Amino acid sequence: MILALLILIPAAGGLAGFFVTRVFLRRALLLAVAATHIALTGFCWIYRPGSILFGWLALDSVGLLFMTVSSALFLAASIYAIGYLKKEPKEQQDADEGFFFTNTPENIFIACLQIFLSAMTLVCLSRHFGMLWVAIEATTLASAPLIYFHRHHRSLEATWKYVLICSVGIGLALLGTLMLTVSASAIKNNLMLSQLLDNSGLINSPWLKAAFVLFITGYGTKMGLAPLHTWLPAAHSESPSLVSALLSGALLNCSFLGILRLHQVFVFAGQSDFSGNLLIFFGLFSMAVAAFFIVAQKDFKRMLAYSSVEHMGILSLGTGLGGTAIFASMYHLINHSLTKGMLFLAAGNIIACYKTRTSSDVKGILKRIPATGVLWTAGLFAIAGFPPFGLFVSEFTIFKTAFDQGYYFISAIYLALLTIIFAGMSHIMLNMSQGDSGAGREKESALAVIPPAVLGAATLILGLYIPDFLLNLLNEISAIFGAL
Amino acid sequence: MNAADTIMIFLILTNLSLLASSRFNACIKIVALQGVIVGLLPLIAANGPLTIYSYLLALLIVTVKGILFPYLLKHTLRSVNVRREIEPFIGYGASIIIGVLALIVSFWLTTHIPFHDKILSTTAPAVAFFTIFCGLFIIVSRVQALTQVMGYIVFENGIYIFGSALLIEQSFLVELGIILDVFVVVFIMGITMFHISRAFDHIDTDRLREK
Repeated sequence: MILALLILIPAAGGLAGFFVTRVFLRRALLLAVAATHIALTGFCWIYRPGSILFGWLALDSVGLLFMTVSSALFLAASIYAIGYLKKEPKEQQDADEGFFFTNTPENIFIACLQIFLSAMTLVCLSRHFGMLWVAIEATTLASAPLIYFHRHHRSLEATWKYVLICSVGIGLALLGTLMLTVSASAIKNNLMLSQLLDNSGLINSPWLKAAFVLFITGYGTKMGLAPLHTWLPAAHSESPSLVSALLSGALLNCSFLGILRLHQVFVFAGQSDFSGNLLIFFGLFSMAVAAFFIVAQKDFKRMLAYSSVEHMGILSLGTGLGGTAIFASMYHLINHSLTKGMLFLAAGNIIACYKTRTSSDVKGILKRIPATGVLWTAGLFAIAGFPPFGLFVSEFTIFKTAFDQGYYFISAIYLALLTIIFAGMSHIMLNMSQGDSGAGREKESALAVIPPAVLGAATLILGLYIPDFLLNLLNEISAIFGAL
Repeated sequence: MNAADTIMIFLILTNLSLLASSRFNACIKIVALQGVIVGLLPLIAANGPLTIYSYLLALLIVTVKGILFPYLLKHTLRSVNVRREIEPFIGYGASIIIGVLALIVSFWLTTHIPFHDKILSTTAPAVAFFTIFCGLFIIVSRVQALTQVMGYIVFENGIYIFGSALLIEQSFLVELGIILDVFVVVFIMGITMFHISRAFDHIDTDRLREK
């Protein structure tokens, strides 16, 4: 019942959003849906609801974690959206090229945001690989109009790339899903995760491996693993900042969940070496590509997008290593979403004030908009994994696990890439916060500052201490993946 | 030669003629024909008695791929002022040669894969791989947005052929979800193309950066 509500409330809100003409009601609806969703998610922490739809939809610990992250980020983004939509003019001039453009009608934007949440919830709850595929593709479709909010040629190019590349990628994952069926032809109901896990001994290994290769290229495309991450920088930099925050902090995780579910089958079948090695390889490769593009990146939103490629790489690497790194990966996922949400929302404030995305044109954020400046600077240290922020704990644990398992070469590369990325990002971001813009101090609205500040505070707290309920959940997940 | 093999030959021919055609109108017709064949495939493949679901599904797929997609594509074609693919990255002659090579590789590949006894026809998996390849090849080698959408449809047809070839029975709900998603993908691509043609006066994805 609760599971059905979690999916249906945002879906219904989205459908209603198309038709509500009163601006106030529309925005109130968005906030109400976001608040209800997180309240229901919170309730699931206390009382884990049973499965529905013949067990196709159920909430396990992995799903609960992913859903909570998405839901929390969605609430922050919706509050930010209220202030953003209020300020956004009907027609405006592009800062870089000087042409005029309009926005997508607000009702479509708000409707798609809620349908997007519904699709992401469906991804988190799916226990059936076919359903999972349908849900992940649905997230692409719901988010495509969000990227095309500012109607001009660059966002159009970004949307086109996004829909085409992601759909082809997810198509490959469908082929992978079919191969999974072939590999498990001895099992009844062979796309149900629970059936696959219970009968993992009956699975035909070569077909399963082929399926995983297609999963990691297919869902990996959407997750942003190199070399198929090419849609990601354009989509993240052209969409409104609150959408970038959701794409980076929630959507990428959802595609990762697709890969993670199949990895779980490998763990149960005792073949996690194969899937783990692939995850390690793609993880490190993504980090390397991200490092290459972050250094000397001119557009600061693109820089954040490449940083997402890097962090998805770290997630993949940690999951591939297994053991304590699984715990660290999941912790990394939470903290990355919080931190990246904060940074993208802060970037939105910077763009609103400076009207540019070129980092060299932005100077003196700390003086001109001090609250955002503090968030931006703190965000740099948080995303780079400095103590006392949460990402320090996870990045360090992954390093330690790699070292303990005897992967000296991998841990050396990992550390080197982290250093290069930190150097690249700090050069860009510190130059933006410091200096003098020549303009006086400007007023910042509470709606634009509080959501990123709360996200930042959350990752700071998680860096200092892990609450018991979260610790239990993460231990539960680690146990599923064979650690401890 | 049984019915399934004959159909496979038809599918190969549709792919090859798609690689050789530059006119959008012709391409749309070929894609529609391929969609209808693909939709009917499970009916021919079934050994046992057909359920009401398999008829429903076949009807749905033929409607979406044989009627709705061509309609959507034609509708888009009317709103854009291009009639044919202009200067693809890889020419039509070369495309055909690459297609034939891909066909050979697909057949060679499938002889090395251990399939179960339960299989539609021995040529079917090879044709599935070939169709998937053709779809992907069209997406990367053609410039116009409309052709890329057709490439996506062909790619998806290939995956569907793979499913039918190995007699994979999905549950009805999942099939329904898949076809709905694919339909919306093409629909959104159509809308995006409409905006592209309004903003640029062309749908040349290679020139989206210029303004």
